[in-house]
Amino acid sequence: MLHDHHDHDHLSPSGHPYRADNDVPLTYWQTMEIAVRELLIEKGVSTAAEIAGQIDAMDRRSPADGAQVVARAWTDPAFKDRLLADASEASREMGFDIGTLRLIAVENTVDVHNVIVCTLCSCYPRNLLGMAPDWYKSREYRSRTVKEPRKVLSEFGVVLPDHIQVRVHDSTADMRYIVLPERPAGTDGWDTEALADLVTRDSMIGTSVLSTVT
Amino acid sequence: MTANALTQRVRVKTMMPPGHIRTPAYVRGKVGEIERTLGPFGNPEQLVYGIDAERLPLLRVRFTMAEVWGDAAERPSDTLDAEIYAHWLEEVD
Repeated sequence: MLHDHHDHDHLSPSGHPYRADNDVPLTYWQTMEIAVRELLIEKGVSTAAEIAGQIDAMDRRSPADGAQVVARAWTDPAFKDRLLADASEASREMGFDIGTLRLIAVENTVDVHNVIVCTLCSCYPRNLLGMAPDWYKSREYRSRTVKEPRKVLSEFGVVLPDHIQVRVHDSTADMRYIVLPERPAGTDGWDTEALADLVTRDSMIGTSVLSTVT
Repeated sequence: MTANALTQRVRVKTMMPPGHIRTPAYVRGKVGEIERTLGPFGNPEQLVYGIDAERLPLLRVRFTMAEVWGDAAERPSDTLDAEIYAHWLEEVD
């Protein structure tokens, strides 16, 4: 016997409960997705390889892409101006294939802190930052961020001084948003690669601020 | 309301139509300032049904938390921006 089972019947060796097998019928929408996908392939509109390729392309997108955009904006004032004027074009200029994404960048300053939410669903700039974190899609984050953003931010560990204005951006329609966080103090002379390593996903959503580098 | 007619201050209409609506209920009836004008984009209320969509200006409207939540505002001078289609907005004198 490898280990004692008597009170751990439902726990894995690491001490966590086993996840139930998903031996359940497909939902309506799962069936619909499979049907549409098979039809697209049968009718020659797309191929299985193209569909798998698109899934791979989406999975390759990550916050590291957005971090490069942020680091460039920190080091290149003309690029920052273009980013704030049209973040989609500025991202494409850096070579990111963001498809039809319509992006707005909002800048954190010494006086302003921006935070992004989508109250109606879970709009997120996936084509630049990859998939949204689960909490971003939760009803709690979506409903509370527009009502009590400072309390929500404090639960992320961000306690803002009184003089800072909070700007909440509800991504209600066609636009998606990225926060341009403040460049951390202590990074004078750093190159964009080193700077990009400092930029976190949450700092681009507005639920974290980047700490001073010591 | 056309893009040209838009003044700086606008009120979100209080209508409650059924369907796929991209105007959150919590800003209906609230007054804000136009932050920028975008589009024109197809009206999502028509696009969702696959019918020819009217192309409309999309306005980013900035509200104060005091306007949106009244006395319950966490910090009255903080702001909330939302994208609202032009047919949902009316001018404020």
